[in-house]
Amino acid sequence: MGAANRLIPPNTVFGTTSTPAHVITTLAFFAFLVTGGIFLVVGGTLAWSIVRFRRRADDDGTEPPQVYGSNPIEFAWTAVPILIVFVLILTTARTIFTLQEPAHPPGSLNVRVIGHQWWWEFRYPAYGIVTANELHVPLSDPAHPTPTFLALESADVAHSFWVPRLAGKTDVIPNRKNEMWIDPHVAGTYLGQCGEFCGTEHAMMLIRVVVEPRADWEKWVAAQHATATIDPSAARGRAVFEGTACVNCHTVAGTNATGRFAPDLTHLMSRETIAAGAALNTPANLKAWVDDPAMIKPGALMPAMNLDPQDLDDVVAYLTTLK
Amino acid sequence: MATTIDHSLPIDGAAETRDRPALGRVHEWVVTVDHKRLGLMYIGGGLVFFLVAGLQASTMRLQLAIPEAGLVSPEMFNRLMTMHGTAMVFMVGMPILTGFFNYLIPLMIGARDLAFPRLNAFGFWLWAFGSILLYFSYIGAPGLYGAGSAPDVGWFAYAPLTERAFSRGSSTDYWIIAIFLTSVGSIATAANLVTTIFCMRCEGMRLNKMPVLVWLALVVAFMMLIALPPLSAAQAMLMLDRLLGAHFFDTQAGGSAILWQHFFWIFGHPEVYILVLPAFAFASEIIPVFSRKVIFGYNVMVVASIAIGFISMSVWAHHMFAVGMTAAGNSFFVTSTMLVGVPTGIKIFNWLGTIWGGKVRFKVPMLFSLAFLFQFLIAGLTGIILAVAPFDWQLTDTYFVVAHFHYILVGAILFMIFAAIYYWFPKATGRMLGERLGRWHFWLFLIGFHLTFDTLHFAGLRGMPRRIYTYEPGRGLEAINMLATIGVAFQAAAVLCFLFNVVKSIRKGEIAGPDPWDAWTLEWSTTSPPPEYNFAQLPVVKSRRPLWDLKHPEDPDWLYE
Repeated sequence: MGAANRLIPPNTVFGTTSTPAHVITTLAFFAFLVTGGIFLVVGGTLAWSIVRFRRRADDDGTEPPQVYGSNPIEFAWTAVPILIVFVLILTTARTIFTLQEPAHPPGSLNVRVIGHQWWWEFRYPAYGIVTANELHVPLSDPAHPTPTFLALESADVAHSFWVPRLAGKTDVIPNRKNEMWIDPHVAGTYLGQCGEFCGTEHAMMLIRVVVEPRADWEKWVAAQHATATIDPSAARGRAVFEGTACVNCHTVAGTNATGRFAPDLTHLMSRETIAAGAALNTPANLKAWVDDPAMIKPGALMPAMNLDPQDLDDVVAYLTTLK
Repeated sequence: MATTIDHSLPIDGAAETRDRPALGRVHEWVVTVDHKRLGLMYIGGGLVFFLVAGLQASTMRLQLAIPEAGLVSPEMFNRLMTMHGTAMVFMVGMPILTGFFNYLIPLMIGARDLAFPRLNAFGFWLWAFGSILLYFSYIGAPGLYGAGSAPDVGWFAYAPLTERAFSRGSSTDYWIIAIFLTSVGSIATAANLVTTIFCMRCEGMRLNKMPVLVWLALVVAFMMLIALPPLSAAQAMLMLDRLLGAHFFDTQAGGSAILWQHFFWIFGHPEVYILVLPAFAFASEIIPVFSRKVIFGYNVMVVASIAIGFISMSVWAHHMFAVGMTAAGNSFFVTSTMLVGVPTGIKIFNWLGTIWGGKVRFKVPMLFSLAFLFQFLIAGLTGIILAVAPFDWQLTDTYFVVAHFHYILVGAILFMIFAAIYYWFPKATGRMLGERLGRWHFWLFLIGFHLTFDTLHFAGLRGMPRRIYTYEPGRGLEAINMLATIGVAFQAAAVLCFLFNVVKSIRKGEIAGPDPWDAWTLEWSTTSPPPEYNFAQLPVVKSRRPLWDLKHPEDPDWLYE
């Protein structure tokens, strides 16, 4: 997995390419500036006074003058911090309101994000698209922003949706609808992952966000719309797939596979990864995954189906036709 | 004035027990209601769990030293991090700090014991059995269901991961009951401390003549009385959910996941202050003695402590900035969280004022205290950064938060626990804790602490979430994690120095005498170790530093206070 993701820049919270993350970074620099200044002044005074007032080798053994306190000094070092925190409070509150009450310009996209133990479901209500783990959004032009609004829900436990370069995280909580937004200004693939501990495979609940120019994104939408092409050469694999418990959890549109518990496989091969980013989507990895998911992602809720070798090969062959 | 200290009296009560057989001596410790023995048992027990939970942390750091390591399975890693967090708070921090207050408060206020000695023993044994129960889960929790082992839901155990649908077997039940027991014990201790401080002070010790440590103990005790019952209530509700099918936090049946978070953090954030105020208390005793100056701004220190107690009750939801509160709600908790920084800053300034103009002696307790001052300053400032809610949306649940709160829990609290152990060890054992090994302990621990926790801030800024059992290579995290793990080796070496030092000093340490540090509070006026009844005759005081008055009759404190 690492080889592919090495090419994607690290998830530093300062490498922002989207308005919410950018606004946060600006505020963060201000906070670092203020706290850094306080550290230099207080830490410096502390260090200086420890050195200056150390007991010297020629000390005469008497006690230093006992000073019990000073009201003017106490007042000064109470008032100054109050002023500083009020500046910080007001700047912070302003940013909170900016980010939490965004405008909804025309052309913005709405996506439902549903957290599952340990994968992400993405639904595009306006387009009838259902996909998993890899979110495709159009590029947003800063002059005419077309942000993407994410409605966050959970199917089981609490998760948190976090793609550091695009926005801060927002928790994904069962029985609750949260919202966040992104408007990426630079095309490319962004990595993120679940930010709230959600059980065994919390570490392998990765997110990919693919930001594309509008035209490319529309091509992707069209491809996702197309019904699954059923390649007759994979008929045996399809029969095995539809004859086992796969169909209880997975959906392949247009077939009897209508499960909702696991990722929609209709356009499986359009995705770069499987198992919520735990492995690249190659036939070899698919085979290993179907054979025994625990080998790739221990604790994953998909059971090993114990297919015999021929069935396994056929099912994988069928899956690779789901373009 | 405290003219009542007469060392010629036969006050070594321990002598008569020394000839008893070993079993008889163990029996005495089991049935004891003496605040000093209970205090030492709390501290000793806490240190045992400190070693266990520390080894668990080291295992996690080894697993994370390199990407995609296979040292432990994901399930085992989740148990390690849950047990490490739970144990370090409830089985290490709480008992050690309770232990110090148990040991010191009666001695510092000139009393013979706590107000309710049996309640004190009851609290200790609740804590001891609760703690053992938590670790017994490794053996007992598979239970009849055959699922699970130790708890693996994280120390704040967010609903609904803790519900039966997602946490099968008995591990979460062990977690609930263990914490319930230790919390009830802590509530008993808190009631006991409040009563003791209000009712058992010696003649002349008005509230405003109490040592700062006693004031802080009073604030902590009140905070425990307010903050622990919500935790116990939440544990009871979760138990009802799991065992009787109630739906408080069971989201699949309409329960609320957020409700649990509010309950947990209205305990959880005051808890941070419950743990750190005792560190302030130790610093407020140790820094003046080793600077040879009276504490600067006693009244302001007391008021600031009370202010922290109040404000810290209203900051809990800063742990929940990402759960989708309204903008107004977020802004409220930004405000309260930043405001609590003000009295906290005032405390740092007053310690600085105490050092200013003094003659600083760099003994081991003071070394740890000085490191505490710098580290607590940094921890407070990263706390301000995290209080900037929008930035917290990036940083919450990342290693930046892990680094921040370990700066408090290790850099401030653990450093002050070490300082306090070096400072009061002579009082409790009659022997000095070795200075040379102490310096090795200090420097190794200082290096290890900074290697580990300075670097982890950057892991968070580079997008590493907490509680992940592994991470991918090539994401800019390898060097940071390797350095952090190397730091653990230094910390472990330091702790070995410390243990060796304790074992050696108990048997062969230099004899301390009643007042080895030339200190000023009442505990140093009695023998080391003190007799069971503490003082042959109860002392009478006129100022906050009765021993200063005694040593400097020409210039006593009570002229100026």
